[in-house]
Amino acid sequence: MENDLNLKATELRLGLPGSDEPERQMTPRPNKRTLSDIVSEGSRSTTEEDHQDNAPPAKVQIVGWPPVRSYRKNCLQGKKDEVEGGTGMYVKVSVDGAPYLRKIDLKVYRSYPQLLLALENMFKLTIGAYSEREGYNGSNYAPTYEDRDGDWMLVGDVPWEMFISSCKRLRIMKGSEARGLGCV
Amino acid sequence: MQKKTAYSFPDEILEHVFSFIQSDKDRNAASVVCKSWYEIERWCRRKVFVGNCYAVSPTMVIRRFPDIRSIELKGKPHFADFNLVPDGWGGYVLPWISKMAGAYPWLEEIRLKRMVVTDESLELVAKSFTNLQVLVLFSCEGFSTDGLAAIAAGCKNLRELDLRDSEVDDLSGHWLNHFPDTYTSLVSLNISCLGSDDVSFSALERLVGRCPNLRRLLLNREVPLDKIANLLSRAPQLIEFGTGTYAAELRSDVYSNLVEAFCNCKELKSLSGFWDAVPAYLPVIYSVCSRLTSLNLSYAPIQNPDLTKLVSQCPSLQRMLVLDYIEDSGLEVLASSCKDLQELRVFPSDPFGEEPNVSLTEKGLVAVSSGCPKLQSVLYFCRQMSNAALVTIAQNCPNFTRFRLCLLDPKIADYRTLQPLDVGFGAIVEHCKDLRRLSLSGLLTDCVFEYIGMHAKKLEMLSVAFAGESDLALHHVLSGCESLRKLEIMNCPFGDKALLANAAKLETMRSLWMSSCSVSLGACKMLGQKMPRLNIEVMDEKGPPDSRAESDPVDKLYIYRSVAGPRFDMPPFVWTMDEDFASELS
Repeated sequence: MENDLNLKATELRLGLPGSDEPERQMTPRPNKRTLSDIVSEGSRSTTEEDHQDNAPPAKVQIVGWPPVRSYRKNCLQGKKDEVEGGTGMYVKVSVDGAPYLRKIDLKVYRSYPQLLLALENMFKLTIGAYSEREGYNGSNYAPTYEDRDGDWMLVGDVPWEMFISSCKRLRIMKGSEARGLGCV
Repeated sequence: MQKKTAYSFPDEILEHVFSFIQSDKDRNAASVVCKSWYEIERWCRRKVFVGNCYAVSPTMVIRRFPDIRSIELKGKPHFADFNLVPDGWGGYVLPWISKMAGAYPWLEEIRLKRMVVTDESLELVAKSFTNLQVLVLFSCEGFSTDGLAAIAAGCKNLRELDLRDSEVDDLSGHWLNHFPDTYTSLVSLNISCLGSDDVSFSALERLVGRCPNLRRLLLNREVPLDKIANLLSRAPQLIEFGTGTYAAELRSDVYSNLVEAFCNCKELKSLSGFWDAVPAYLPVIYSVCSRLTSLNLSYAPIQNPDLTKLVSQCPSLQRMLVLDYIEDSGLEVLASSCKDLQELRVFPSDPFGEEPNVSLTEKGLVAVSSGCPKLQSVLYFCRQMSNAALVTIAQNCPNFTRFRLCLLDPKIADYRTLQPLDVGFGAIVEHCKDLRRLSLSGLLTDCVFEYIGMHAKKLEMLSVAFAGESDLALHHVLSGCESLRKLEIMNCPFGDKALLANAAKLETMRSLWMSSCSVSLGACKMLGQKMPRLNIEVMDEKGPPDSRAESDPVDKLYIYRSVAGPRFDMPPFVWTMDEDFASELS
């Protein structure tokens, strides 16, 4: 994944960080489903999705496949993509009010829109669109993350590559706390 | 007058005889001969292995075996390793520790695998078991360095502390300082999983320096290469050593110090670590290579020719773990150099890549199977396979006990004939009569399961993904595999019929896992009603099962035998299908 955001990061523009190439937001293959689609639909072979299943294997990432332990994946990919310390791989995600945490692999996603969509699907909630000035204003939820310094940041503020190299865990805030963030 | 049988011995003699019987199987057999043998045996059993912590309660174990010195517990199902079991599922060790604290004050060994271990549990361990000698936390989570500090401070007789593959919350590297200065009994220390702030190097150096019996030391990634020489010079008696990061700028002083340090470790037989390894520093271990029986390079990004060159210098290797950078060519060299090889594991360097990044194919495995007559255990990740290759491998290695093949692309066919790989895996189970563990992959129909049911009579653990076409496949396995203990299945079109028809079989097994299959809620409820000694756990993160139709497939199903009844520590997304559940909803 080439990182061409260094110059563009300081440009003023509307739109999500990491989305300077709009076509890259779309998944590379038309029948590729996101991770969350796979997880929620399972692999029932008798639904309309059959025609997709019978196509040449779309290279989606399926939970649990290939059977490589996260620790191993983190170790290799951390070095390979020159992400320092490999902290941006499997991270815990908590949602205010939900009884248990989830884990997601940040390496699966290429941009903020993909990540946000996956989170929305995983937790059945709406986060909405990010804007630099107002954050996720209008939404009941605000995605935040803890960075390597231990600080809690709003998801979307920094360029994507910087985000995945510094994100240690995610927390989706809810309610008034979340709405307040947009006006800080 | 009291009748005396000709065959009654005084208890002390029987106890003495039993002390020579170490295996659980034999002990269990002896205990059911008669009531007096049962009594004598239970008082002198010292070791207990609980393969599923929910199969029995701590109270029951303590009641039957009042004087245990060594316990091993396993928690989460194996597929938890691949993120298929959500956080919060269970496997908590605290209830066990709490009960054992009072009952087993002389406990010496605790071994836990895939369990949730809190700092509170560790503090209780340190307080309650003053004679603790061995603590192994294999793939555990839930604790921090605070818990480790309690262990270091409290367990004065600790010989072995092994945290392999565990997830530890880092709080402070100073836990090592909690080993008192008078503590010198460490024999084995594995901290390879710890993160950046978790280990104070100076404390580690002092600890290593004052423990003359230290034989096994596995460091974490953060220990820099230029500190290794000093550490090794304090422990030249090491048999097994794991480096930290193996990358540094090439400096002649660091290099020569390392050469000398390794040279002085005359008993070193096993090496691991090698994170981020750079080729420049590989030759420093050459003096050790000829003696090495075990080498783990599976975290080392080194490639050929450096990798192959290293391997060719290790003729005594019995166990080799490596990334697929070794390629077919490197495996051919392994095959010709390492005639004592028993275990080979080849891991993918780029598991999610869409195109192969290395030239590792079935040919490498065929070469090793042909050149290494003692090969028994294989874990091999690659991207292409043929039935012909598998047949050759099976014929070359009839002594396989473990064969795990992972073709990275699910449902990939024989690349030469485009046929399913049924015949190939069929040959494996037919020729390898001692096969205990098998993992399947690639395009597979019901046929392979027929072969497995027919031939794999010693098979204890089977892992299946994206395979089979119908319930017949599952039926073949459940009805044919006499020794089956653990079956784990993901993304296969298996439904209710085979499961219900073989319900009784499930009581002879430790556990069955099925996720993303087609087992209906109704079938789960039926099983729950029919089989009171099985716990039928349905896991569904979309909501409670009663909100759905009986015919809806469940997301994840975990069935295990238990004498303890349903568990009470389930998270909100797990439901037990027991008689109460079924009747509540009908």
